[in-house]
Order: sequence, then structure tokens, then C-alpha cells
Amino acid sequence: MDFSVILRAVGSLAVISGVLSVMISISEKVLNNYGICEIDINNGARLLKVEGGSTLLNTLAGEKIFIPSACGGKATCGLCKVKVLEGTPSGLLPTEEPYINQEERKQNVRLSCQVKVKGNMKLEIEEELFNIKEFICDVEDITDMTYDIKRVRLKLAPGETINFKAGQFMQFYSKPYGKVKEVVFRAYSISSKSSEHDHIELLFRLVPGGICTGYVHQALKVGDKARMSGPYGDFYLRGNCEELIMIAGGSGLAPIRSLVYEVIENNLPHKMRFFFGANTLKDLYYMEEFAQIQKDYPQFTFIPCLAFPEAEDEWTGVTGFVTVALEQQIQNGEGKEAYLCGSPGMLDACIKILKDKGFTDQTIFYDKFS
Amino acid sequence: MPQISPIVIFFASIITSNMILSNFLGMCSYLSISSEYKTATGLGMAVTLVLTLTTFINWAIYHFVIVPLEIQYLSYIIYIMVIAAFVQILEMAMDRYTPDLYAKLGIFLPLITVNCAILGVTLFMVIRQYGALQSLVYGLGSGLGWWLAINMLAAIREKLKKAKLPPGISGPAISFIITGIMAMAFIGFSGIFTIQ
Ligand SMILES: Cc1cc2nc3c(=O)[nH]c(=O)nc-3n(C[C@H](O)[C@H](O)[C@H](O)COP(=O)(O)OP(=O)(O)OC[C@H]3O[C@@H](n4cnc5c(N)ncnc54)[C@H](O)[C@@H]3O)c2cc1C
Ligand code: FES
Repeated sequence: MDFSVILRAVGSLAVISGVLSVMISISEKVLNNYGICEIDINNGARLLKVEGGSTLLNTLAGEKIFIPSACGGKATCGLCKVKVLEGTPSGLLPTEEPYINQEERKQNVRLSCQVKVKGNMKLEIEEELFNIKEFICDVEDITDMTYDIKRVRLKLAPGETINFKAGQFMQFYSKPYGKVKEVVFRAYSISSKSSEHDHIELLFRLVPGGICTGYVHQALKVGDKARMSGPYGDFYLRGNCEELIMIAGGSGLAPIRSLVYEVIENNLPHKMRFFFGANTLKDLYYMEEFAQIQKDYPQFTFIPCLAFPEAEDEWTGVTGFVTVALEQQIQNGEGKEAYLCGSPGMLDACIKILKDKGFTDQTIFYDKFS
Repeated sequence: MPQISPIVIFFASIITSNMILSNFLGMCSYLSISSEYKTATGLGMAVTLVLTLTTFINWAIYHFVIVPLEIQYLSYIIYIMVIAAFVQILEMAMDRYTPDLYAKLGIFLPLITVNCAILGVTLFMVIRQYGALQSLVYGLGSGLGWWLAINMLAAIREKLKKAKLPPGISGPAISFIITGIMAMAFIGFSGIFTIQ
């Protein structure tokens, strides 16, 4: 074959793709350049001058204002809501629609991970969110609680403290490791006592193929630095009742442990019943600790339920799903509040039973670990 | 260059040579994004816009670059690059100037790049040796035809939501059946215009 043919083919392809990429980068420069934008938060309480062009969530994070987010901006958690009063088209993106109800639509609530900063904006953000801080902690200890759950104990930087309500969660940032090049952040509930202000503990259940839990299980070591922000969330003790019904599965135990300690450390009068669901004996953890609490504080009852106990487990406790235990042991919703944590499937099943028993949206509180 | 009137090409590409109903091109987004009338309309609009413009751009590239350089064997790669680049730029421009429409189309815009109807129209345009105006009109007509077909399917599927279907055929199966029936109905138009 003639050499010039090859040259012409390669050359023309190179020139055409070159021209196209130059056109794309020019359009990007021209079209995606929104200059410096002013963001007015809560009617002048904070005024920010930021570079336009990226999402509101990331822009605000760059200014140290941390909007809650469990999915890291993928529009799958619906936690990153803010009120956008001015500065963005009123129509919702298709990605936002499942998370914004009619009431919120009227108030211009949007998902901040989907809205782009394209000009001056006016926002309304809950005051509380200004208290959310970023922490760089030392990993002090990593303990295997079960074959797939690790407890990570983190020490805050000297002089730094955290104030959180038992039940709230942190956003934990992964780092690139192995083949994973991205940095992601995910929500993890705080399992330690809210009276401890210089340490926090998180429980990580390994999700096969999961980026963040993979990082913690495979790469994170004692002595490493870990980055997180928080505290977030409205899953915390209300206590307008006599008895707290607590229900958890897997790593959902984390916020419940914190809640139980909040009640007993503050000498609150509430009775507590904690239903903990697992498949087999090897999925149970913190058993001795909860047994000890039950001994020391008669107001607390611990009810572990095994769905599929194996013969060698020699299980004598409740056998079956948590829903079975709930069905049998809870008569009605009078004077009770329910706190649930765990996988969406389990939560939905339990909430249905609780509602049949007379619990309402005002007495059921939950965090879905989705 | 065949002397077919652009008006004939326009109507033929909508009705008798409909991209979906007579060529069965662009089926995957047609099937997957036709469960709601509103979104189907958005996608149809975007496909029409991209088809019209890329067919014309590819016409110019074919005649002013590919033919003079005699690199016809690279034409497929070049068309696809042009379509991908064009969709990217269009996305940015819409984000900037028509944010409302951009918001409505959302992820359907980038999906258009891989819609085979777009490449199909470009290839037909080359094979049939259309001129500039003919290509423009052909792109527009094909887009409108695709839009018409997806809207019809979406409208029928919305009605079907309330119907009782035998369990085995709900979902893609019934969509194929509907499409087949629509295609047969469109055969009724054949002979009014011919462009092939
Ligand atoms: C409010 C809140 C509190 C949470 N608290 C905790 C906690 O205390 N401890 C804890 O371990 N997790 C907790 N989670 C879940 C956690 O945020 C992550 O979703 C989870 O750890 C998976 O992250 P990943 O990066 O490893 O997986 P990803 O890379 O995000 O996901 C990989 C794949 O696994 C699927 N997947 C994601 N999550 C789960 C899951 N839970 N089970 C099965 N499949 C899944 C995804 O769909 C995806 O296909 C909480 C979530 C929320 C919203
Ligand atoms: S960050 Fe999860 S939906 Fe926006």
C-alpha cells in the first residue's frame, strides 16, 4: 500500500478529531464560564463570591458549608435539599423528581447536587447546617466485629470537639486505593456515645464491590488520617413517650447503640426494647455489652432475632425475622416511639407492621441505609 | 444527484420511510423511553434537533472533506465523531441558553449520541446522494418521523397501563407488538411518496 494513503488517513483523522476537540473545549470555555457568582444565604446572613459552573453542593462545600449527602451527588439519597429562591430555572430535573414532593415544589426546594451555579443565587439553608464542620481524624483502632463489619475508632485533632445528637451520621470520605481512582463520600451513623466529644466510632459493613466500604475494609490502617464532615440528620431521640421501640439490622445497630447510651447516661425514664435482626449467630455483635446493659438497667430489654440459625449455633432466642417478633411482642403504639435503622427492605416491612399496630408518621423515626 | 423535490423527501421521511416504522432504526431508546408521553416528547424533540443538524454537518463534511481526500473508508468513524462532538456542544449550549428545556431532557440528551437512527440517516443521505437542501430536509423529516412514532407508542402505552395484559407479554414484548402493528398500518401509506 502506498505510504501516502496511510499518512492521509491518519492525518485526516487526527486533524478532524483535533478540530472537534478544539471546538468542544472552546464551547466549554465560552458556554460553561459563568464568571464570579454571588450567593446570598438566608437573606444576607452569609454572602459568598464563588466561581460558577459546578454544582451547588460542591460549590458550597468549597466554602465550608456542608449540605447533607449520603450518595455523594448521584441523586439517589435525596438528602441534599436546599431552598433556591432565585437563580435557577424553576423546573425540576428528572433526576430530582422522585425526591421532591408537592409541598416542597411550591417552596422551591431543590437537590443541591443537581442544581448548577450559573449566576447570582438566593438560598435558604437551615441554620443548623452552619454548625457542620469538616474533621481530619486519626484512625486509632480498627476492630472486626463480625466477618463483614468493622468498627473504626477515630480521634479528633487535638483541641477539636464534636457535638452531635445520638442517632446522627457523619459523611466519611474514601481515598483512592487499588484500582479505584475516585474519592467518594458516604453516610455512616455514629455508634459511640454522644457524651464523648473527642472521639467517634463508626461501623462499616462491607458491601461487595462497594467503593467506600471496600476502602475501609481493604486499605484503611491504624494511624491513617481520615476525613469526614458532620454531624447530619434528623434521626435522634424525641422522647415524648414512655417506651422506645428500637429496631435494627446489620450495621443499623450503630445509631441505636448511641441512642441507648444517651438514655441511660442522662437518667431518662424511658423503657427501651431493642429488636436486633440477623441471619445467623455469626452476624451478631456487641452481644455481651447489650446483655450487660440489660443487667444493669432493668428499663432496657435486648431482643436479638435470628432468621436462619444454624444447628451449631444452638440458638435459644427468638427465631424468625424481626417482623415476627414485633408482631408477637408489641401490642399497640400507645405511649411508644419507634426508632429504626437498617436496609430499606427490612425497614419497610417493620414500618408496615408498626403502622398496623397504631404507630404514626409522628412516632416512627428511621434512617434507611440505602 | 437525484431530482427528488425536498417536499417529497420531507413527507416521505416522516410517513413512508419512517426511521422506526419502516427502517427499525433507533429502537432501543424508542422502546425504553416511551413509557411516559411527556418524556417521549422531550426525547423526540432532542432527536429531531440533533438529526437535522448532524445530517447537514455530515453532508458538508462528506462533500468537502471525505470526498476530496478520498477517505470514504473512514467515513463511519468520522460521522460518529461528529455526532458525539455535536451532541456535547449542543448539551452545553442548551444548559446555558435554554435551561428549562435542558432540565426537561436531562440524561436523554447524551443518550442521543448512541441512537443508531442518527447514523442511519447520515448513511442513507450519502448513499442516496442528496444535495444540501435535500439532506437538511431529510434530516428534519426523519427526526419528526421518529418523534411521531415514539409519541404514538408512548400514548398507547399510557393507555395500556390501565389495561389487563396477560403476564407474559407486558413490558417490552407488548411494545414490540404495538410497534409491529403500527408499522403494518403505515404500510397503508406506501405508494403516496417514494424516495428509495
Ligand atoms: C443515613 C445513613 C446512614 C448510614 N449508616 C451506615 C452505617 O452506620 N454503617 C454502614 O455500613 N452503612 C451505613 N450506611 C450506608 C452507607 O452510606 C453506604 O451506602 C454503604 O456503606 C455502601 O457504600 P459503598 O461506597 O461501599 O458502596 P457503593 O460503591 O456506593 O455501592 C456499590 C454497590 O452496592 C450497592 N449497595 C449500596 N449500599 C448497599 C447496601 N447497604 N446493601 C447492599 N448493597 C448496597 C449499590 O447499589 C451499588 O450497586 C448509611 C446510609 C445512610 C443513608
Ligand atoms: S447528594 Fe444524594 S441526592 Fe443529592
